[in-house]
Amino acid sequence: MSATTATTTTTTTTTTTGAPVTGRLGDSPVRPDGIAKVQGSFAFSGDLSADGSLWGATLRSPHPYARIVSIDLSGAWAINGVEAVVTAEDVPGKPTYGLIDQDQPVFASEYVRYVGEPVAAVAANHPETCRRALAAIRVEYEVLEPLTDPERAADGTFPPIHPNGNVFRHQRIVRGDTEATGEVVVESDYEIGMQDQAFLGLEAALAIPDPGGEGVELYVATQWLHEDRGQIAACLDLPAEKVRLTLGGVGGAFGAREDISLQVHTCLLALRTGRPVRIAYSREESFLGHVHRHPARIWMRHHATRDGKIVKIEARIVMDGGAYASTSSAVLINAVTHMQGPYKCENAVVDGWAVRTNHLPCGAMRGFGVVQACFAHEGQMDRLAAACGLDPVEIRLRNAMETGDRLITGQVIENVAPVRECILETAALPLPDEPVGGHDGDPMRLPGGAGLTADRSHIRRGIGWGVAIKNLMYSEGFDDFSTARVTLRDGVASLKFATAEVGQGFVTLAGQIARSVLGVDDVVLEPIDTTVGSAGSTSASRQTWMSGGAVDGACRLVREQLFAHVGAQHGVDPLRLAIDGRDVVDTMGDLCVPVAQATAGLVFEDTFEHHHRPTEELDENGQGNCHTAFAFVAHRAVVDVDPELGLVKVVQIATAQDVGRALNPLSVIGQIEGGIAQGVGLAVMEEIVQIDGRVRNANFTDYLLPTFLDMPDVVATLIEHPDPMAPLGAKGVGEPPCISSTPAVVAAIRDAIGKDLTRTPVRPSDIVF
Amino acid sequence: MSVTVAHTLDEALELLAATPSATVLAGGTDLMVELNMGHRRTDAVVCVNRVGELRSWRHDPGTDTLRIGAAITYAELMDAPLAGFSPALAQAARTVGSPQIRNAATIGGNVGTASPAGDGLPVLRALDAVVHLASTAGTRDVPFAEFATGPKRTVVQPGELITGVTIPVLNGFQGYSKVGVRNAMVIATASACLAVDTNGHTVRLALGSVGPVILRAPEAETIAVQAADFEAGTIDPEAIPAFAAAAAAAARPIDDHRSTAAYRRRAIEVLSRRLLTRAFPAPTPGASS
Ligand SMILES: Cc1cc2nc3c(=O)[nH]c(=O)nc-3n(C[C@H](O)[C@H](O)[C@H](O)COP(=O)(O)OP(=O)(O)OC[C@H]3O[C@@H](n4cnc5c(N)ncnc54)[C@H](O)[C@@H]3O)c2cc1C
Repeated sequence: MSATTATTTTTTTTTTTGAPVTGRLGDSPVRPDGIAKVQGSFAFSGDLSADGSLWGATLRSPHPYARIVSIDLSGAWAINGVEAVVTAEDVPGKPTYGLIDQDQPVFASEYVRYVGEPVAAVAANHPETCRRALAAIRVEYEVLEPLTDPERAADGTFPPIHPNGNVFRHQRIVRGDTEATGEVVVESDYEIGMQDQAFLGLEAALAIPDPGGEGVELYVATQWLHEDRGQIAACLDLPAEKVRLTLGGVGGAFGAREDISLQVHTCLLALRTGRPVRIAYSREESFLGHVHRHPARIWMRHHATRDGKIVKIEARIVMDGGAYASTSSAVLINAVTHMQGPYKCENAVVDGWAVRTNHLPCGAMRGFGVVQACFAHEGQMDRLAAACGLDPVEIRLRNAMETGDRLITGQVIENVAPVRECILETAALPLPDEPVGGHDGDPMRLPGGAGLTADRSHIRRGIGWGVAIKNLMYSEGFDDFSTARVTLRDGVASLKFATAEVGQGFVTLAGQIARSVLGVDDVVLEPIDTTVGSAGSTSASRQTWMSGGAVDGACRLVREQLFAHVGAQHGVDPLRLAIDGRDVVDTMGDLCVPVAQATAGLVFEDTFEHHHRPTEELDENGQGNCHTAFAFVAHRAVVDVDPELGLVKVVQIATAQDVGRALNPLSVIGQIEGGIAQGVGLAVMEEIVQIDGRVRNANFTDYLLPTFLDMPDVVATLIEHPDPMAPLGAKGVGEPPCISSTPAVVAAIRDAIGKDLTRTPVRPSDIVF
Repeated sequence: MSVTVAHTLDEALELLAATPSATVLAGGTDLMVELNMGHRRTDAVVCVNRVGELRSWRHDPGTDTLRIGAAITYAELMDAPLAGFSPALAQAARTVGSPQIRNAATIGGNVGTASPAGDGLPVLRALDAVVHLASTAGTRDVPFAEFATGPKRTVVQPGELITGVTIPVLNGFQGYSKVGVRNAMVIATASACLAVDTNGHTVRLALGSVGPVILRAPEAETIAVQAADFEAGTIDPEAIPAFAAAAAAAARPIDDHRSTAAYRRRAIEVLSRRLLTRAFPAPTPGASS
C-alpha cells in the first residue's frame, strides 16, 4: 500500500471530550473521558435521546416457573399514547438468543422460567404511559413448582424445565494416578453466593429505525458490539449489515453486558413503530435483566505429603446457571480447569456441573468461574497448612507453580509464571502500622463503623492469604480476534476500532500505543461502532492484549508505510529507520525528519487483525490445551472482626500482581483497587438473595456494595516481567484482583475468630453462631 | 400531579386542609424512593422543608426540654449546638445514610415514615419524646410511645402535619448503637438506644428493628436501676448479663432477607451489654475500696 494524497474528510471524534491527552506506553496519562465523567458531562447510554423518540418498557414474569395460558394485550392497546405492544409472536426471526447456546427467548412464549423473564414489551409516548400499559396486559399463568435446588438438576431427579434438559454441561477432569493418596488428607464443602455486577450505569439503549424498516441503528452500552449485532440480526431476521451498532457511554460492565438484555426489544419496538425508541432499566429491572455470577457449591479434597506437597486433588462442583444457558458452559470449564489453583499438581479427579434452575440466569462476571474455584482451593490450602503444621505462606511457596508446569488438563504453562515472586513480594509489603481502631481511636475505623457498636477491646485482628491463577482471553478453540484500523494523516493518528470502552481505559491505552509506535502527539479516536471489524468482547482480561495487539499491529503497518515513504524520499533503506520521540531517524546516519513533516499532506492507512494462538477443546477426561494464557496474583488481607456481632472491617489488602508490563501504571492500580473492592464485597456483603425463586433484594438498599468506609487500604506491587507471548508484553490485569482477594479476606476472618467459615459472603450470623 | 412549596406553617396547613389526600414532602429521601419504586402514588405534594417554623429548634431552660422542628436535618442534629442536648440523637443522626442523605433527610420524615428501622426513633422512644401535630383544626401532642401503631403506620390524620418533637435534656450517659452489614449507609438489622437520667435515677433502653414498632425493655431497665449507683456512676457488674438477657427477651424480631430473628436477638443482647458498660464504666481496679 502506498501513501495517497490527503483529501478533506471530516473525522468524527468520539464523545470523549476533555483536555488533550498525551503520554506514551509506560506513562499514566489521564483518561480522555476522565474529566467529563468526573464533572458529570459524559453522556452515558441512559442520556441518549432522539427527536420524536418513544419510550419502551418490558413486562416481566412474576413467577419463577409457570405456563403461559393466555396473554390479553387489548387493555394496553386501549391506552392513549401506546404505539406498540409486542410479544413472542411478533419476533420476526429466531425466537431465542444466547452467547453459546441460543436458548433464551426474546419473549417467553409457552413457559416463563425465572422471575423477571420478559413476556411483552410496549412503546409509548411517556414512561408513565408505558407503566400503565404494562399494568393493563393480562397474562394468565398456570403456576408450576420451580426447580430451585441445583443438586436436583445435577442428579436428574427433577423433571426437565426446558426441552434442552436441566444440565448445561458436565465436565470431568481425570489426570495422572487417580488412586494416589497422601499422608495428609483435608476436605471440605464450600459455598459461594450469587454476586451482581452492580454497575452504576443502568442498561439503556436507543434504537433508530431506517426509513422503510429495512434496518436499524442501535446505540447501546455493551461489551461486544459485533456479537450483539449477530444475535439481534438473527432475531429480527435482518442481514447483519442492516443492524448497525454504536457504543453508548458505558457506566461499568463486569460481564453483565456481554449477554443480550434490552437490545432486541428496543430494535423491535423501533421497527414496529417506525420511530426511535429508548429503553432504560431501573435498578430493580437491572437486577432481573442481566446475568450474574454463578452461585456454586464445591466439595474438595486434597492429598498431600507430610511436608505439604500436593499429591492429588479431588473436587465436585455444582454451579447454578439459572434459567438459561448464557455462558454457563464456559464458566464451568474455567472453574474445573482452575481447581488446582496456582500450584503444582500431578493427579486429579474433578467433576463439574453447570445446571439449569428457575433462578436468575447466570453468566459472565469478572473472574468467570475462577472466583468460585479459588475460594475453594484457597480454603483448602489453609486447611492443608494447618494439617501439616505450616504457615499459610509456606504451604503456598512449597507448591507454587512455575513456567513449564502442567495444569490438570495437561496444558503446559508457557507464560511467565511468577507465583513465588507474587507471594514473596506480597509478604514483603508492610502490615498496617495502625492498631485496631486506628491511631486516634476513631470509631469509624472499627467494625460496625458509624453504628458505634464496638470498642477496641471487643475486636480481634486476623490475617489471611489468597493466591490465584487466571486464564486470559477465550478458550476451547474460540478465535476471539480483534481488529483495528489506523490512519496517519498530517501528523495526526486516527484510530478506529469496535473495542467497547466500559471504563477499563482502552481509550487511554490506544492513544499511548499510537503515540509510542508512530511518534505522534495527536491521536483521534473515531466512534466505536460496527463499521470496522470485530474487537471481540471487553471481558476475559483480554482487550489490552487483543485490541492493544490490533492497534499496535496496525500502527506498525502504517509505520512501515511511513518508513518506505521517508526512505524513498531520502534514499535511505527503510529498514534503517526508526521512531525516536516525534521524529523518524536513520539509526545508521544523521537523517531526522519530524513525523508531522514527513506526513504533511499525506495519508497512510492500514488495518490489522490480532489473533492469539489457537486453543483446543477438552476431551472427555478434561485433557487439552484449552486456554490461551495465564496471569497470577497474591493477596494478603488484614481484617478486624467483632466476634460477638459478626461485623468485619477489612483494614488492609496487600497484593503483588503479575502484570507482564504496566503500560499505564495508574490504570493498573485502578483495576487492582476496583477489583479488590469487588472481592471484598463478595467476601463480606454482596449477595443476591433468592427465596423460592424470588429475588428479595433487587435494590441498593439491601444489595450492599462496599462504601468508602468498607474499602481497605490497598498496598500493591506490580510484578513486571514482560510476557513474550503478549503483543506488548502486558498481561490482562482486570480479573485477578477480584479473584483471590475474596478468599484472603475470608481466611483473615477465620484467623481472627478461630472458626471454620466455608461460605462467602460471610454473614454476621455465620461468625456469631 | 401538583407540587406546592409552603413557606409558612399556616400556608402548609391550609394546603393540607384544601387537599387532605396530599402527600407531605420534607427531604424526600423516603418518599421519592417509594414513588420511584411504585410502592406509593400521589396526585398532590406539599413541600414543607422551607417552612420556617419547622426549620427551627428551641431549648426551654425552664423545663430543660428541647423542641426540634420537623424539618431539622440529620446534618444539623449531628453537630453543635444540637448535638450537645442529645448525644444519642447526634449519634443516631451520624449513622443515617451518607452526607448527601443527611443534608436532606429530616427528623420529621423519619417520624412520619415510622419504620421500625428508623434510626432517630429509638432515641425518641428512650427519651419519651412527644410528637407535635397540627392541622387547621388545631394542634395536639402525642407521646412517641403511642405515635406508631405498626410498621409504617401512625396516628397522623389526613390534613395533619408533624410540626416537631420535644425531648427532655437529660443529665447522664446517652448512646445509640446500630448493627448493619456495612460500616456506613445501611439499614439497621438491630439497634439500641440507652439513656441514663442521673437526676431522675432512670435508665431507658429502646430497641429498633426488632419489632413492628420501636420497643422499650422495661424489665432490663428495672434491673439496671436496681444495680446502679447513680452518684458514683457505677453498676454491679453481675447485673449486666441479666440486663442484656432481659433486653434480648424484650425483642420481638423476625426472620427476613436482611437477617434472622436469632441473630437480631443476639445483637440486642450484645449492644445492650456494651451500652450499659459504656454508661457505667467499670471502676478502675484498686481505685475504690
Ligand atoms: C440512601 C438512603 C439511605 C438512608 N439511610 C437511612 C438510615 O441509615 N437510617 C434511617 O433511619 N433512614 C435512612 N433513610 C431513610 C430516610 O432518609 C429517613 O427516614 C429520613 O429521616 C426521612 O426524612 P425525609 O425528610 O427525607 O422524609 P420524606 O421522604 O420527605 O418523608 C417521609 C415520610 O414522612 C412524611 N412526612 C415528612 N415530613 C412530614 C411532616 N412534617 N409531617 C407529616 N408527615 C411528614 C412524608 O409524607 C413521607 O410519608 C435512607 C434513605 C436513603 C434514600
